[in-house]
Amino acid sequence: MTSAAREYDSSQDISIEKKMDTSRALDVGFVRLTLALAGFAGIILIWVILQTTEAALPAMQQFGLGFLVTTRWNPVEDIYGVLPQIYGTLMTSLVALVFAIPLGIGTAIFLTEDFVPKWITAPISFAIELIVAIPSVVLGLWGIFVLIPAVRPIFRAINQTLNWFPLFGGPAPRGNSLLLVGLVLGIMVSPIIISITRSTFESLPRNLRDGALALGATRWETILTVMIPAGLSGIISSIMLAMGRALGETMVAAMLSGNANRINVSLMQPGSTITGLIASQFGEAGRTQVAALMYAGVVLMVLSLLVNVLAELIIRKFQNLQQAN
Amino acid sequence: MRSLLSASVLSLAALAVGSLSLAPAQAQTVQISGAGATFPAPLLQRWFDTYNRTVDSNVQVSYQSVGSGAGLEQVINGTVDFGVSEAPFSGARLESFRSKFGYEPLQLPMGGGAIEFAYNIPGIESQELILKRETYCGIVTGEITNWNDIRIKAQNPTLVDRLPDLPITWVHRSDGSGTTFVFTNHLKTVCPNWTAGAGTSVEWPVGIGGQGNEGVAAAILQEEGAIGYVNQSYAKLENMDTARIENKSGNVVAFSPEAATSALDAPIPDDFALLVPDPEGPQDYPIVGLFWVMFYREYPDATKLEKLREVFKWTQGPDGQALTRELDYIPMPDSAIERIFAELDAITVNPNAVR
Repeated sequence: MTSAAREYDSSQDISIEKKMDTSRALDVGFVRLTLALAGFAGIILIWVILQTTEAALPAMQQFGLGFLVTTRWNPVEDIYGVLPQIYGTLMTSLVALVFAIPLGIGTAIFLTEDFVPKWITAPISFAIELIVAIPSVVLGLWGIFVLIPAVRPIFRAINQTLNWFPLFGGPAPRGNSLLLVGLVLGIMVSPIIISITRSTFESLPRNLRDGALALGATRWETILTVMIPAGLSGIISSIMLAMGRALGETMVAAMLSGNANRINVSLMQPGSTITGLIASQFGEAGRTQVAALMYAGVVLMVLSLLVNVLAELIIRKFQNLQQAN
Repeated sequence: MRSLLSASVLSLAALAVGSLSLAPAQAQTVQISGAGATFPAPLLQRWFDTYNRTVDSNVQVSYQSVGSGAGLEQVINGTVDFGVSEAPFSGARLESFRSKFGYEPLQLPMGGGAIEFAYNIPGIESQELILKRETYCGIVTGEITNWNDIRIKAQNPTLVDRLPDLPITWVHRSDGSGTTFVFTNHLKTVCPNWTAGAGTSVEWPVGIGGQGNEGVAAAILQEEGAIGYVNQSYAKLENMDTARIENKSGNVVAFSPEAATSALDAPIPDDFALLVPDPEGPQDYPIVGLFWVMFYREYPDATKLEKLREVFKWTQGPDGQALTRELDYIPMPDSAIERIFAELDAITVNPNAVR
């Protein structure tokens, strides 16, 4: 308090330059502080990548790129490969998105258009935000004790009628499967899509909608042909964020996938994911096995990176389209 | 600013007074830390807690159940005072330990456990099902796939009409586990067609994996036709239906603490790495294993070593063994305890001990 007051007095009787100097120093200091913080975040990322890669190095030298196409995981003979886990990781994330995209965009539209009064939408959006707060281990337990018994008859019915279709084939399903993991992941990631899509819609200029309505478009035409295309880059980035979350989710995958180290093309059969593999085997792993698990972690990081790059490219493309229009 | 300063002075003074009054007690408080296997964790935590409450409140032993492999790594890195594992030191880790410390690790068995087959077959009660070696070997390798298989019926004359036409679902642990090590070590010895070897996690030819004992138990309890392996204490806790199995002598035995104890009462080798993949006695329960506590042979701190010795001797005394039995683990036979005590006494104090 006192020092600030003194500052004020001195600036009055000397000149304006002094004041400029201090505010400029503050300015520069602030810029440097944020630069340091941003740099720190970057350094942590690089540090994690380097450390993981270093720990994975023995396995990388031993197994090479064959690691990516080998389907065995045998700690006794030290033969490792993650093809089943790569398949499981990609399929569960894909299934999650198939569930979460319509759910997420639909909910976001419902919450932003004035279909119902505010007192109905407010509790709904609050509840959606609370889904994020459920610990994934709780969702996993819920999956084991509630969801599996509930979906087993449905899975069996689908399996029986659509047995000719590879994704639903195989023997009578037990519940633990890639499809189940995908379902729970879909529930987990839909709040991400909902909240980002919702704020995208809310930030669209009001006159876009008004213009469409003035031209005689119905509400549905407005939503489908004006709102969604205009908000597409936001929607896509929300989907990509959700996919990143689904790729990395661990507990749910470890508890519900059935952890079978085999490739079952069928989604109804047990499988496993990279994260589930690492989480379940790390504690008791031997040395080569730890290196192989680290290698699997590197593979997952590269997968996530590819997804993010892809997302960036798609978003850029749509932004260009919007600007061109 | 002034109030902040005076507050901190006050709290400093309070701290000083507090530490003065507590000084005689705090000087003796010894913190011991260990890490390792998850399977004996409930017993270890009960032991250390009871010791702290009833014997010596100045000794606080903390145990992190991070897994056997991670526990052994911490022993090698010198970040703990003891480690616990369900498989003895071996391979690259043993080499690392030797080259860093210059001596053999001191691994002392402190208790054991048995593994049971738990199943869920409608209409068949606990202990009714008999599994001969040929049968359970066939189930784990995927050669026997249905409960109405002729081989299962042949060995269960009383159940011939009740064994259903139901596919067998094999349930195993998906996480690395000492339970799996003990179980696969048994399979490797008794099943001629078992090719996956023995380890804390193996490449299972068939079945689904459950995360932890609770994951396996849930998969069995929810799925008709499922069978899997769990620790005996867990099977009891969850009230699961368990099978009687054939031992080396060809007798069909049910699990009992006596049958498991006698199975573990075998001549223990010099390095204490006793594995009993297939016990000899006619009444022995066949699937049993030990857990080992890994010590250093030199400790830098005399007080800590003394307390460490006292705690672990207490766990093998009457009070400790009563807890072992209460939690359905298997206590060490008396013949082994004498040797364990002798080894504990042989640990030396060396202020320059490697860590």
